Amino acid sequence: MLSRRNPQLNKNGELIHLLSIEGLPREVIHHVLDTAGSFLSVNEREVKKVPLLRGKSVFNLFFENSTRTRTTFEIAAKRLSADVLNLDIARSSTAKGESLLDTIANLSAMHADMFVVRHSESGAPYLIAQHCAPHVHVVNAGDGRHAHPTQGLLDMYTIRHFKRDFTGLTVAIVGDIVHSRVARSDIHALSILGVPEIRAVGPKTLVPGDLAAMGVRVCHDMAEGIRGADVIIMLRLQNERMSGAMLPSAGEFFKHYGLTEDKLALANPDAIVMHPGPINRGVEIDSTVADGSHSVILPQVTFGIAVRMAVMSIIAGNEA
Amino acid sequence: MSTLHLDAEALYAELRRGVNALLQPDTVLVGIWSGGAWLAERLHADLQRPGQPGVISSTLHRDDFSERGMSSSAGTTHLPFEIDGRDILLIDDVLYTGRTIRAVINELYDFGRPARVSLAVLVDRGGRQLPIEAAFAAAKVALPATQRLSLARNEAGRFAFSVGEAT
Repeated sequence: MLSRRNPQLNKNGELIHLLSIEGLPREVIHHVLDTAGSFLSVNEREVKKVPLLRGKSVFNLFFENSTRTRTTFEIAAKRLSADVLNLDIARSSTAKGESLLDTIANLSAMHADMFVVRHSESGAPYLIAQHCAPHVHVVNAGDGRHAHPTQGLLDMYTIRHFKRDFTGLTVAIVGDIVHSRVARSDIHALSILGVPEIRAVGPKTLVPGDLAAMGVRVCHDMAEGIRGADVIIMLRLQNERMSGAMLPSAGEFFKHYGLTEDKLALANPDAIVMHPGPINRGVEIDSTVADGSHSVILPQVTFGIAVRMAVMSIIAGNEA
Repeated sequence: MSTLHLDAEALYAELRRGVNALLQPDTVLVGIWSGGAWLAERLHADLQRPGQPGVISSTLHRDDFSERGMSSSAGTTHLPFEIDGRDILLIDDVLYTGRTIRAVINELYDFGRPARVSLAVLVDRGGRQLPIEAAFAAAKVALPATQRLSLARNEAGRFAFSVGEAT
């Protein structure tokens, strides 16, 4: 009989790769978040290092540049005592015409144990996971418009840290949702964890119409979108989108969808404001909000290291 | 079912006596998660020690990580005092191979350099695979490797041993 197992899980249902949040069981997500909690304190010790990945080699393969995400994976792997190799792949092998799978075969021959992959094409980490040796683990660090699962998980960690329980929350995701792999990963995670109201807020050009099928309430009006919200996730407005016909101008976007103190007042009084970074002050978020008492943007960064340590240590400990 | 009978409460009274004799004025109790942490908590109260007892977990230094992976029920280390120069008395329920103690000593050193580390346990079941000994054991028993011995605590805070098949 043909079985369609989630490629991220082994036959015991344990996580062996992290490719997407879609289809992950709720208990797997909670296991990652619980494990991240125990790693958070490692960062406060005199010796900020534990030996779980000692002797393992983690290869950061960033086919698309992202210094910040690469650095957080590098710190996480180093705090687990792994050897970390950063390959500037965008400027080397692929530029010489080598195919993705040939690159992977070559790196596997160097005895890689884990690949952390960022790629502009959706599905590239899946392809690598399907073709690498059974002992090799793959973490998706963002693929095209598809998924950014560690960002999704760190967002869930942040929400759980400040709100404790998911089952009574209203979460508003605001901005450029159509191009955002963060939004997609957050929506899957929030649904799996039982958030009753997920809202996608933005102009028609930046919010896909099919979100309702995922149980998401689409709001093109900012006031309607953030009224009564417990959690507001602001997305970065990518400047390159402005050149197309998607938006009239950054100023116009800020006027309607930028998060200011006035608009934030419509949310619940104890609402938290999140952002995956890097933030564009005065484009999607006002400085007074980004630096204000509701903002948890910097805790997100700290939690991100612990969550990535949790993901890497969990998958490394499970066999295919 | 095993015919082995261990009265955990009677052994606890013996452990309390043994630990009391080991204590120096500056000794701090550190219980190994989870059974040892329960014992340390109760010893700390019964022996009227100042401050709080510590809790230590072996999870991050285990040597069977590559076979067993990350446990979903791992405890977290909490040491509410300076480790540098301290006299540390580790408390555990069962001493067996010694591998947990090795991991816990490594964990301890991530927080500083203690002056001295010693160990007191409720039961020493033999079977050591490392050169590690307890300064005090309330009981010594011989158990076959196929059996698993662990401490349980009920709602009233009373202890009992459970014996099962090792997995």
